[in-house]
Amino acid sequence: MNNILVAKEVTKKYGEHTALDEVSLNIPKNSIYGLLGPNGAGKTTLIRIINQITYPDKGEVYFDGEALQSHHVAQIGYLPEERGLYKSMKVGEQALYLAQLKGLDKAEAKKRLKFWFERLEIGDWWNKKIQELSKGMAQKIQFIVTVLHEPKLLIFDEPFSGFDPINANIIKDEILKLKEQGTSIIFSTHRMESVEELCEHIALIHRSKKVLDGKLSDIKRAYKNNVFRVGLQTANAELILSEITEKFKVSNSSFDSLENQLDFTLQLPDENSREVLAYLSDKANVNRFVETIPSTSEIFIRTVQSKELNA
Amino acid sequence: MRKLLLIIKREYLAKVRNKSFVIMTFLSPILMVGMVVLIAYLTKVNDNDHKVIAILNESNFFSNEFIATTSTSYVNFDDVSLETAKDSVASLGFYGLLYIPDEIHIEKVCDRSFFYTEDAPSTDITEKIDAVFQERLRQSRLLELGLTASEFEKVDTRFDIRTATFDGQTNVKGINEIKAFIGGGFGYLIMMFIIIYGGFVMRSVIEEKTSRIIEVIISSVKPFQLMLGKIIGTSLAGITQFGIWLVSASLLLLVAFAVFDIDPSALNTSAHLQTGMGANMAPPIPTADQTMQLYAQELFRIPWVMLIFFFLVYFLLGYLIYSSIYAAIGAAVDNETDTQQFIFPIILPLMLAIYVGFFSVFSNPHGPIAVGFSLFPLTSPIVMLMRLPGGIGEGGVPVWELVTSILLLFGTFIGIVWLAAKIYRVGILMYGKKPTYKELFKWLKYD
Repeated sequence: MNNILVAKEVTKKYGEHTALDEVSLNIPKNSIYGLLGPNGAGKTTLIRIINQITYPDKGEVYFDGEALQSHHVAQIGYLPEERGLYKSMKVGEQALYLAQLKGLDKAEAKKRLKFWFERLEIGDWWNKKIQELSKGMAQKIQFIVTVLHEPKLLIFDEPFSGFDPINANIIKDEILKLKEQGTSIIFSTHRMESVEELCEHIALIHRSKKVLDGKLSDIKRAYKNNVFRVGLQTANAELILSEITEKFKVSNSSFDSLENQLDFTLQLPDENSREVLAYLSDKANVNRFVETIPSTSEIFIRTVQSKELNA
Repeated sequence: MRKLLLIIKREYLAKVRNKSFVIMTFLSPILMVGMVVLIAYLTKVNDNDHKVIAILNESNFFSNEFIATTSTSYVNFDDVSLETAKDSVASLGFYGLLYIPDEIHIEKVCDRSFFYTEDAPSTDITEKIDAVFQERLRQSRLLELGLTASEFEKVDTRFDIRTATFDGQTNVKGINEIKAFIGGGFGYLIMMFIIIYGGFVMRSVIEEKTSRIIEVIISSVKPFQLMLGKIIGTSLAGITQFGIWLVSASLLLLVAFAVFDIDPSALNTSAHLQTGMGANMAPPIPTADQTMQLYAQELFRIPWVMLIFFFLVYFLLGYLIYSSIYAAIGAAVDNETDTQQFIFPIILPLMLAIYVGFFSVFSNPHGPIAVGFSLFPLTSPIVMLMRLPGGIGEGGVPVWELVTSILLLFGTFIGIVWLAAKIYRVGILMYGKKPTYKELFKWLKYD
């Protein structure tokens, strides 16, 4: 029971269009899970199935070990991509209403709201209407109503789109705190670099299918291919470069004659970097020797390309 | 259930606190009463307009037949020519000149008499003059026939056939129309309520779509709960509004009539046509009091409790059917301008019901058209209510028709709400598409 959410071969069709094609996922407890993929890949459909806004045609979803049921909505917090609040309703009333819909009783909801309003320094907004607030302020409210009922699972669909950088950072910190407190979190986004640093696990969705999933560090390890970026301090760049080129695959070389700085990318034949490093430091002063780790979007593109080649 | 109550409460408060709702609620009765008071006042002013009519009488057949009333008086001209008389009428500012020439025979006198006025005369005045001439002609013809006035009074009869139902209840004429009118009032109320509050439901759905709160809410509640809560909450706000209108309008009317000193019965102008004739006019219908009593009895006999009960039944089902369609339309579109193509087909059966009701049910409450429309579920809430004041069973709506009508309505209610909920569920999450009927049909097939 280490997974907060398990999806088994979930398929969903809209008429002729298949939105999800036998997607299976295991989302571990107390971690941040990235649901990545381009627009229209099926991420939002999957999230709506988890939120029971829509239902799968085939396959099963389990929440915390139980088959997904309507009472589970009280344990899920969802910040949709298309989000907003009632414009002409007062902030406090609105937050209370949404909290009560999630099953909180009024007194408890009020207490927690006071806490969150103080924490995000928005104490005096209670009687303001949303239309009187700036967009950033409204987003803080939106975040509070998402987490107020202390759900076990939080789902953020494109969480940082539309947030200004300051608020995005505040929200990011709050999300990390929630994770420390034991909440499981799903991030869904098409901008893969935006959540890369936060996610421990990811799943890549492409054209309604899951193409890759697992622990991010494992995936990266699997996808790194012994490429190193090297920097050498030498006046004799041409000679050294030609010597090295004879032994290794070199690319993207550049030489700064003022600084006597030679930079290039090196493809190693295997994982053994010690000998290479010894060889290089024999030639010149090594001031840079960094393994190039592929970014999530690189991994994504490579995966998709290889799948398409195989198909 | 708890969530449904929460939604109803929010929708109700959101509606009731809305500025335009508050303004409409309190301004409408004032406007309405103002209108009634204005009409009453204008009628009074109109009546007070005193008209003077000059009479140039050269004939011996007329002497003092023209009798002044509160609104008209007569002045006799003697020994002047018609041209002089016309000039002086104009210079004195009189309303008109009645010229009665001298002829041997009264028929000829009447034929050659003229009423001259500046503009075309009001029908009020010409009717009065006509009546005088008619009466004079009748008297002279009676004389020719050798009858005296008292003898004529004996033969001058009015007759109305008395009607009764088979079980012996006496009827009064026109009661069917009155009953249908009462039912029509209920039907009209239902139609107005559906159009106004259905529209509110639709706008409220559109608002949730455009403010993008919809997905936040349906991650907590079922779309159907939201739709139902919205419809119920909005209709409760509507009932509140109607209640306030009813109470405040009647209070205001009482106050207004007291302040402006207007006799409410003065509004009922068609009830008493003044003839301005003398004592020798045809006597009034002898049984007027009795007839009024019969009408009153008939009105008391209308089964009000039954009527109100079925009003509530038809109102509830009819409103739920139509407002769920409105909700589905709201869900299907992104903004109000796109709703037109869908609204018209909804309004159509409502209008049809009202017009068919007023034309066909009034004349024959149990004819085939009336029966058909009171069974068809989209028109039955209005048309059946127009028929129901006649009672149920013998002489009224047959029981089987009522039962069938309600069963059909209930079945339609279930079906339409089910379909509307499907469209609603898909529609609220669709953005940026202008939907077609074909598209909506496709949504019905989604799970």
